[in-house]
Amino acid sequence: MKKIRINSFAVLAFVVTFIFTTFNANANQTRENVIKRGSLNCGVSQGVPGFSNADASGKWTGLDVDFCRALAAAVLGDPNKVKYTPLSAKDRFEVLKAGDIDVLARNTTWTLARDGGLAVEFIGVNFYDGQGFLVRKAANINSAKKLNNVKVCLETGTTTELNLRDYFNANKLKYEQIGFTKADDAVAAYDAGRCEVYTTDKSGIAANRTKTKNPADHIILPETISKEPLGPVVRGNDENWVNIARWTLNVMIEAEEYNVTKKNIDSLKSTTDPVIKRLLGLEGDLGKNLNLDNNWSYNIVKLVGNYGESYEANVGTKTPVNLPRALNASWRKGGILYAPPVR
Amino acid sequence: MFSSNFKNNLKKNLEFFNLLPQLVLIFILIFLIYSFIINTEINLKSRNLNFGFDFLNTNTGFDVQFSLISYDGSSSFLRVYFVGLLNTLLVAIFGIFFATILGFVIGVSRLSSNWIINKLSLVYVEIFRNVPLILQILFFYFVVIRSFPNPEKSFIILNFFIANLQGIYIPKFLFVNFSSILFALLISLIGIIILKRYANKIFYDKGKIIPVIKISLFFTSVILILFSLIGQVSFTIEFPKIVKNFGIINYVGGVKLVPEFIALLFSLSLYTSAFIAENVRAGILSINKGQKEASRSLGLNDSQTLKLIIIPQALRVIIPPTTNQYLNLTKNSSLATTIGYPDLAAVFAGTALSQTGKAIEIIFIVMMTYLTISLLISFILNLYNKKIAIIER
Repeated sequence: MKKIRINSFAVLAFVVTFIFTTFNANANQTRENVIKRGSLNCGVSQGVPGFSNADASGKWTGLDVDFCRALAAAVLGDPNKVKYTPLSAKDRFEVLKAGDIDVLARNTTWTLARDGGLAVEFIGVNFYDGQGFLVRKAANINSAKKLNNVKVCLETGTTTELNLRDYFNANKLKYEQIGFTKADDAVAAYDAGRCEVYTTDKSGIAANRTKTKNPADHIILPETISKEPLGPVVRGNDENWVNIARWTLNVMIEAEEYNVTKKNIDSLKSTTDPVIKRLLGLEGDLGKNLNLDNNWSYNIVKLVGNYGESYEANVGTKTPVNLPRALNASWRKGGILYAPPVR
Repeated sequence: MFSSNFKNNLKKNLEFFNLLPQLVLIFILIFLIYSFIINTEINLKSRNLNFGFDFLNTNTGFDVQFSLISYDGSSSFLRVYFVGLLNTLLVAIFGIFFATILGFVIGVSRLSSNWIINKLSLVYVEIFRNVPLILQILFFYFVVIRSFPNPEKSFIILNFFIANLQGIYIPKFLFVNFSSILFALLISLIGIIILKRYANKIFYDKGKIIPVIKISLFFTSVILILFSLIGQVSFTIEFPKIVKNFGIINYVGGVKLVPEFIALLFSLSLYTSAFIAENVRAGILSINKGQKEASRSLGLNDSQTLKLIIIPQALRVIIPPTTNQYLNLTKNSSLATTIGYPDLAAVFAGTALSQTGKAIEIIFIVMMTYLTISLLISFILNLYNKKIAIIER
């Protein structure tokens, strides 16, 4: 047999390059990286109408998408410089931890185990939700207490499957769960009749019901079986970036509280109200605390809008998702949205 | 020209210089592995993550669609690992069984002199071999099984076979004193082995043929009936029953085959059987035509020729590539993730991973598990291959 000779120098060169690239992989400079790259990498869902969904032309819209756009507006001054990566529930945290995305805005529930155990940071809540059930009208069921001996379709790797077990055990009801790695597959399986019940957060149910063949054939049961505070997530090892993301969301919420909108923001430049002045970056130098320009917050509201505008445009009662504000109204209007002061 | 001393030195030096790059490479390889470990450690530490397998003892909190051992959300992650492992082995073992039978039948049909059988098996092989497996799985699951009727309009054959898009239900046999039957089977197995040895001896010594199969069947049935009567074996049949809960109709009881399992088993068996069929065909074709002619001239009939001359020799060619197909089938079963069958990859490397975030530990465990399964399969088949290989004298 002829011996194969390998060029040792080529191997050496390869190995050396390899080692250097591995060692440089993780720097805690997300803001610098985003600016250098000129775009924000944002992890979103694989398609939840109203939250993050791509239309036929590939344009992403939704409440979560608007958060990414606001973050890009704050850091880069342009809400369109965002690259969206659709992720399954199962993969989302690993992709974030690996550094492939800068922020995860993918209706993700804030829990202790995730916050403490996964080395990620939940920067706030952009939607207060709770888990519910979708059933066919023909099943003649009007309460979750009557669900027994049912098959339940859901997406795995979520808090949904944990709550589901808690609920059925507590009520001594029998069920069989059929888990899929894609929400779309779970909805399709339910729609085809593989399961009698589809479960996820109520916002997700409302959004996914629009994907069934005949949305009017299905009803959402009145019970809410869990608390699901959904919010954007970033890596926990970059304090500056955590703060930028957190205060981007807070600015959107506070702008709504003080009635600063996309439309009137320019006319408010002459205001004497110090809160609004700070929001517009006309007073103080809040941007410095985040290593950003002072007009970062102005950009967020001007280019994307306040929280209320984003809500009404994506999931409000005038959209197909049709979710009333309820808990997600400002604390001044009976909801529980309460941003710490932007000052 | 050179003194022999210098020549010797030069030779030694050359040997050393030839060795040097290899030593450097080994050193770099060790350094590389070491740096990977250190790098991982640093990164984990910088994110306040700790490495460890303690999580295996905590409870999972989630349920699994179906499991061969008792399991619910209060069981540990270690248990859900075994749930996934058993589900993987279940589909792999049944898959290998069906793929082998189908593969042999199709492989032999490929050489049939009957034009229709020959061409039909050719079409079979070319279709199942050349369409990507993932598409076949998706086709079976999303197209074939999804077109089954709703539970209300189930396809029913006399309560013995009920099919709808939630699964296939068959009756379950519940035996009393089942151990007597096992005992009877064990005794008849021993009997058959002794008979076979005796038949072989008679065949080689006196040239007489004893009809082993007929005698064994008779023997087994007599023993089974005898033992059932003595051991007072009785059985009840548990039929699947309709349970109605408001407008929801369900079948409960009996043996239930979930659609995810059926789709995965079907597509894995068909896909792999196409490759095995080609191995079988190659094996049979590799036997020299003279062997067949010689056996005919010795007075052996067609089935004897196939059984005694062709297949034993063909197996030597068939076994090694078929081992590969068995390994492929087992590894391909991890495509279960796409249709929600709870195998090892879906339940442990999927759900458990995302619930704990222990990516490194879980992926490591799962990789080692697949490696172990694969090595076991090839070990067993290598033993068999050694047994049937040509013994050179």
